[in-house]
Amino acid sequence: MTTAPHKQEQVTLDTFLRGIWEENPVFVMLLGMCPVLAVTNSTLNAIAMGLATLFVLVASGTLVSLLRKMIPREVRIATYIIIIATFVTMVDYAIQAISLDLYNSLGAFIQLIVVNCVILGRAEAYASRQRVGAAVVNALGMGVGFTIALLCLGTVRELLGAGSILGYPVFSPDFQPWVVMILPPGGFFVLGSWLLLFEWLKQRRERRTLQSEGATAHGS
Amino acid sequence: MNESVQLRSQTSSLAMLRTLGGIAMISGFLVVLVFQWTRPIIAENKRIAIEKAVFQVVPNAVSRKDFVLGPEGISPFGRKAKGETVYAAYNSKGELQGIALEAAAPGYQDVIRILYGYSPKCECVTGIKVLKMTETPGLGDKIAYDPDFLRNFYGLDGTLNEAREGLAHAIVAVKHGSKTEPWQIDAISGATISSKAIGRMIDASGARMFPLIQRHLAGFRQEVVSAERPDES
Repeated sequence: MTTAPHKQEQVTLDTFLRGIWEENPVFVMLLGMCPVLAVTNSTLNAIAMGLATLFVLVASGTLVSLLRKMIPREVRIATYIIIIATFVTMVDYAIQAISLDLYNSLGAFIQLIVVNCVILGRAEAYASRQRVGAAVVNALGMGVGFTIALLCLGTVRELLGAGSILGYPVFSPDFQPWVVMILPPGGFFVLGSWLLLFEWLKQRRERRTLQSEGATAHGS
Repeated sequence: MNESVQLRSQTSSLAMLRTLGGIAMISGFLVVLVFQWTRPIIAENKRIAIEKAVFQVVPNAVSRKDFVLGPEGISPFGRKAKGETVYAAYNSKGELQGIALEAAAPGYQDVIRILYGYSPKCECVTGIKVLKMTETPGLGDKIAYDPDFLRNFYGLDGTLNEAREGLAHAIVAVKHGSKTEPWQIDAISGATISSKAIGRMIDASGARMFPLIQRHLAGFRQEVVSAERPDES
């Protein structure tokens, strides 16, 4: 099977926004759950992980898109993995240079960005089929969407589990931290709650659309 | 379908090799470039982190020098020698204040690594600093910041036995509130496993290293004198 010429997407605002809302990698596609649950025990970790993933997404998307006509199908996955691993290694060194404390608190999860399925998924499903411009914009949207999702989890978990945001205490000293929230189970609780909220919003919107359609039908 | 099968087989091995080889070369170039660029910064970060920890566990220290200490003797860090890296810390007059050593033992979840200070003069531990751990937040991780627990290590007894080959009393963590001897560590209630790990690692490291430090004490002092002379001239 040859790669059929794919429809080249025009770069619109939707190319960017899709990754943030409609196809959010965490809340809609439920991809990359390993770092989502593991490193969101504080806001700072969530931001660092989000930005690192954003960089790898954009950089690998750009390179895959640039080289898309030169990569034979048979070796495409191997090629994407080498490209992704290269950028992850660069991020790994960069974070060590920026702050060793941050590097230690993120642990092995920086290296594990290599196997984050959001990135390989974008390379395979989008960047390898689209022009560089569209690939970059789409990767940016996905990266921002991923970062926002990590922030949603990280801030709530740090707030409830440690009573602070970015290390600054928010509540009075009498506040008893809800330690379970910064432990692994807290990740599942908070992720579940966010998914519940988004699903409820989605259903409410659908119901309203149906109602308004019904009203128009009656009215006509 | 036939056509597509044919087309697929047309990708020559050479094209695949060329792509993979080319990508690997670009990858190698980028990784080495970033590695070379960040190496001095990372080394400096690590040096600052160790220095900060050493000065924290050895009171009044303002400068440090690294040594390798093993059964065969003492040698300045960097030369080929068998043994553990230890950090000698000196005060502003260049007098030896203490020696910082690394120790590790399995904690509740994973290995806990600490740096602790040893004063050869009082034959005691002068402080600890947790370098790496994954203990439970709010419980086990108190070993890093609980002031009552850390107070155990300001002058924890590490006297050598008569043969000068081991500790006179094993350093051990005891149940919260039952500390009676200066070589005991009062464990944190609710974090007994983590506290005991700290006791175990200092005991094992101390039994091995304190006799060596005492035997080669002159080595630490001489080194600083010879190292300081060129500065004075």
